[in-house]
Amino acid sequence: MQSAIKGELATLEQAQEMGLRPEEFDQIKDILGRTPNFTEMCIYSVMWSEHCSYKNSIKWLKTLPKEGPHMLVKAGEENAGLVDIGDGLGCAFKIESHNHPSAIEPYQGAATGVGGINRDIFTMGARPIAQLNSLRFGDLSNPKTKWLLEGVVKGIGDYGNAFGVPVVGGEVFFDESYQVNPLVNAMSAGILKVGEMISATASGVGNPVYIVGSATGKDGIQGASFASKDITEDSANDLPSVQVGDPFQEKLLLEATLELAKTDAVVGMQDMGAAGITCSTSEMSAAGEVGMNIDLDKVPLRQDDMKAYEILLSESQERMLVVVKKGHESEVVRIFDKWDLHAEHIGEVTEGNTLNYFQGGELVASVPAQSLVLGGGAPIYEREYTEPAYYAESKKFNIDQVEEPKDLVVVARKLLAHPNIASKKWVWNQYDSMVGTANMSTNKPSDAAIVNIKGTNKAIALTVDCNARYVNADPEQGTAIAVAEAARNIVCSGGEPSAITNCLNFGNPYNPEVYWQFVGAIKGMSAACTKFQTPVTGGNVSFYNQTANPDGSAKPVFPTPTIGMLGVLKDKSLQTTLDFKYKGDLIYLLGESKNDINSSEYLASILGVKNSPAPWFDIDEEYRLQGCVKSLIKNNYINAAHDVSNGGLYTALVEMGLPNGLGFDIVSDADVRRDAFLFGESQSRIVVSVTEDYEGEFIDLVGNHGVSLTLLGHVTQGKMMVDGDHFGFVDDIRKIYDDSIGNEMKK
Amino acid sequence: MKFGVITFPGSNCDQDMVYTLRDILGMQVEELWHKDKDLKGVDFVVVPGGFSYGDYLRSGAIARFSPIMSEVIEHANKGGYVMGICNGFQILTEAGLLPGALLHNNSRKFICDNIYLTPQSGSAIISSNLDSQKAYKIPIAHGEGNYFADAETLKRLNDKDQIIFRYCDAEGHITEESNPNGSAENIAGVCNAAKNVFGMMPHPERASDFELGNTDGREIFEAMLSLTNA
Repeated sequence: MQSAIKGELATLEQAQEMGLRPEEFDQIKDILGRTPNFTEMCIYSVMWSEHCSYKNSIKWLKTLPKEGPHMLVKAGEENAGLVDIGDGLGCAFKIESHNHPSAIEPYQGAATGVGGINRDIFTMGARPIAQLNSLRFGDLSNPKTKWLLEGVVKGIGDYGNAFGVPVVGGEVFFDESYQVNPLVNAMSAGILKVGEMISATASGVGNPVYIVGSATGKDGIQGASFASKDITEDSANDLPSVQVGDPFQEKLLLEATLELAKTDAVVGMQDMGAAGITCSTSEMSAAGEVGMNIDLDKVPLRQDDMKAYEILLSESQERMLVVVKKGHESEVVRIFDKWDLHAEHIGEVTEGNTLNYFQGGELVASVPAQSLVLGGGAPIYEREYTEPAYYAESKKFNIDQVEEPKDLVVVARKLLAHPNIASKKWVWNQYDSMVGTANMSTNKPSDAAIVNIKGTNKAIALTVDCNARYVNADPEQGTAIAVAEAARNIVCSGGEPSAITNCLNFGNPYNPEVYWQFVGAIKGMSAACTKFQTPVTGGNVSFYNQTANPDGSAKPVFPTPTIGMLGVLKDKSLQTTLDFKYKGDLIYLLGESKNDINSSEYLASILGVKNSPAPWFDIDEEYRLQGCVKSLIKNNYINAAHDVSNGGLYTALVEMGLPNGLGFDIVSDADVRRDAFLFGESQSRIVVSVTEDYEGEFIDLVGNHGVSLTLLGHVTQGKMMVDGDHFGFVDDIRKIYDDSIGNEMKK
Repeated sequence: MKFGVITFPGSNCDQDMVYTLRDILGMQVEELWHKDKDLKGVDFVVVPGGFSYGDYLRSGAIARFSPIMSEVIEHANKGGYVMGICNGFQILTEAGLLPGALLHNNSRKFICDNIYLTPQSGSAIISSNLDSQKAYKIPIAHGEGNYFADAETLKRLNDKDQIIFRYCDAEGHITEESNPNGSAENIAGVCNAAKNVFGMMPHPERASDFELGNTDGREIFEAMLSLTNA
């Protein structure tokens, strides 16, 4: 057998250079019963990379709650999660990171992140209808940060705008921990008819295998391995690992793929993302317990003389692997011809489980598919973890250690101008948010984005949330808060939380303190997802997000487990907005004000205290609060609902006033420090506005739910008053709030 | 009135336009493919928005060479109605059916936002039947929407009543601040001299569905349809 395989044998040095560990190289030899050749070793190096194998995270990922009444596929089984939304429709949705490429080439890095996540959705036969993204950068006043922000936003915009799927929501957060290593997480959601999903499984011995879409070039070779190592000063040398995106090809591929999905010609399909042909052929074969013979000479190439490993590892974008029913080949060719795309027959499904790759008529690699994949032969590691010293240290913080500033009006203005609080308009005006004519939040703002499902009485609600400062302070509680906030946003918008996808961005897993953060995050997520009945449908893990110092030490990014949540509005009329509607409406706070400024933007950015515990949070109280708001909305007792989050109650009130230029006149709570009352971020609070006529019914209903209630004051014509102190007019604040980021970018 | 909506490779507002015309306004709509060689008997051709052929050269520069465009030109020359929205407007200027050109926004950035339009031409059916005192809230979404024409052309457009919409503020005032992209004279849309070919950067089809909370675009379609059906 061995003599039949062409190519130099790989050495341990080469394997280590490609990111394999010595014991992994031995394991490969055991699996093959021989030393792999160079091409085969390359295949293992990418498939067993952190990015593809989840080797350091899968043990913990398996503990996440995955069962739910509406789940149509299990987490990790297909390219994205699929949730039943009723009316015979399913919603496929997923979030994914593209952090490392974006760190060195922000424009292409972000663009191809958008391309990749959308392909995950439409490869299942679902048409993407909404995108979101979650971005994190260093200090905005740093010129490098501006360059990264500018490039990432343009990359997301240029790709998504041309592709034609609206960006309906997202978040942008700045903290110096992301200075060298920004986070770019992209999410997409698509709709399909239940029962028409295309599976990422190969089957049927003798069925032809096609590569469709763009030609294969030398771009992005070993991107998966690149994503699985630390970002350092030398990372720019890895530029060839960054892929190049072409949204026009992606749009054609989308239309051709969905046209193909309507035929009977397809057995299975998977997009080519990380590790290109290698990953798609091995995962589809392993899922179907079959093998494949693939002729690399048939793959359309962008350049001559590509070596076998280059073709196998290329991460050229806008490609798919399709297993076609024998006899239906002409249908495939006809459809891709119509859209001027390649559709090349490159191989066949075979019996057994071996992947044989040929070039120039010779066998250049022969590996068992099962041995390559997660859940098969890919290694699984248990990592050690230890509580970092900063955790106990942070817990010592007490509000009494800081004095309350004398002039809170000045603090309020500073806070609203801070890039973490100010409007992200500069960012989202560069994204097409309205293409598809289904974004119901453009003119009716709410905490989550609401997307119309045309032809039904339903809409979906989408949000991405994670306050990484909380997670850093307390991974378990911080992550539970991220899930709770996502659910709260959906509930405030009139939706029922349904399921989540997650993007777990952490530092180096071999650092026990980083791994401690990871384990805590998983525990917190499990608890909260169980409580809110929002199972985890999938997502991705991105480790090695950190700044490696020349002396060998490293500073990890804030642990950032981004939560993407899907909710359903069974009836569009339940849509609830966050804006004050009428002068004179009563403003109520649901939930309790606390003497708590822990981990608030106010404490970190205005008072400069970086280490403090996570804000107050009680999951049972949160659950009662959300139940209460759901029934208030069903009974039509409230005119607006907005959750208190980043920036505290004051920021929430301003955000409610801005859309219609209305203000507020409120009184604070004598038992709580005024700065904590206005700017504290203790959880489980929602501000609502109520018409006086319904006040009695409203109070009774809230009482029945056992949720605490405070009358704050009323909506004014535009003046903002707290305890009789004038905080300015909302139209003046608008300039500060709207233009702060744009002005900083011009500097 | 039978409408035809053309799909070029890279069009992405074609289905939005079909939905608006067919499902919201109840019109008969024929979906046309860029490789088609006839217009299938439609009375009114719509060239929708998007990024035809990726717009890697100049927006609309390649689409004008699609087989169907010679049919569209013939249709227009015979007096048939043609409307281009956004990328469709760019294609119609590239094809020579409308005067002027669309340059990069003066901000050099793609802009997606609600803006306001004030109807101008009293003789073109797309604007003549609208409330001239009203500012219509319509979304824009483009990177190249900065309308340019030389002084002579601008004078002719004004003299011949060929400017159909200008950007304005929420109160209907035509101001520099309300011009989102640097367009000459705040021009958001123009028509040809014969008043049967229209082009505009803003997207009325994105403000036509009651579910979206803004139906100012629907008013533009309905005002026009009441004239064409009359």
